[in-house]
Amino acid sequence: MTDDPSKLSCQQFQAMLPELIGTGEDIALHPHYRSCPLCRALLADLEAIAEAARQLMPIVEPPDKLWNQIESAIQKEENTESRQ
Amino acid sequence: MTRSRLPTQSPAPIPDPDSGRQQPQADALPVRLAPENLAQPLEPTVLALAQAGDHRAFAELYALHKRRIYSLCLRMVGNSGEAEDLTQEAFLQLHRKIATFRGDSAFSTWLHRMAVNVVLMRLRKKGLSLISLDEAMEPVSEERPGRTFGAPDLSLAGAIDRMALERAVADLPAGYRLIFVLHDIEGYEHNEIASMLECSIGNSKSQLHKARLKLRDALRTYPRQEGRR
Repeated sequence: MTDDPSKLSCQQFQAMLPELIGTGEDIALHPHYRSCPLCRALLADLEAIAEAARQLMPIVEPPDKLWNQIESAIQKEENTESRQ
Repeated sequence: MTRSRLPTQSPAPIPDPDSGRQQPQADALPVRLAPENLAQPLEPTVLALAQAGDHRAFAELYALHKRRIYSLCLRMVGNSGEAEDLTQEAFLQLHRKIATFRGDSAFSTWLHRMAVNVVLMRLRKKGLSLISLDEAMEPVSEERPGRTFGAPDLSLAGAIDRMALERAVADLPAGYRLIFVLHDIEGYEHNEIASMLECSIGNSKSQLHKARLKLRDALRTYPRQEGRR
């Protein structure tokens, strides 16, 4: 692997991505990113996925029956405790 | 945890999960004395009453938090039946332990963490080794870093369909889904995830990256699959 970041291959750059992304570095400043349209497209997609996940995943309503089940289970536990 | 991603705890009005807009509570009121039928005072009062053993207050806490907890479970396991079971277990745990809540963190954060632990316990019982996620899910040949990722004209940016994303997340392998949900949807940081899953921070970062790559592949594949139907 080369030490010169401007001479990294896509493979080498992409191997570094989890750490670069995870530490919040400004990847747009990386020489490989600036010179490689494929890796820029990859990063754009990954950012779009993360953003979409934050914005689009809905809050889902559980079925009404679930509270009845929980209430029954609580009652059962309390009855068991009171008998002990 | 990234608080800004969490919804507010305001008890009313209830958000419409489909549109994100607010909807009147009267829309789906069950007949019997369900939590939605109760008046909704401020949570601190409800919390204190529930801690003192008040059943109506506990029902109200359920009404306030059920969507968040059920949605969390659903995303983590990708199965509605199991999500119901886990939601039930989480609220049973809450009922057993609510008196021990001392307010060191927000109640919603405490409950959320409790639900995450319930799900993780279940996954461990089912044999998902959270310690060796990397080894268990080493990418197959086409996922290796050496692969040249798609051409710019296949870029997803700006074109992610909500239903396709939900389906792609549900289809992720369990370990990938777990970390993606905890980080990108629920807003946990890598150090928190590493602590919860008993793995390294580097492992968490690596798994998240792989999960996003798999989602990218899936999102680029779905439209073509549907087009062949």
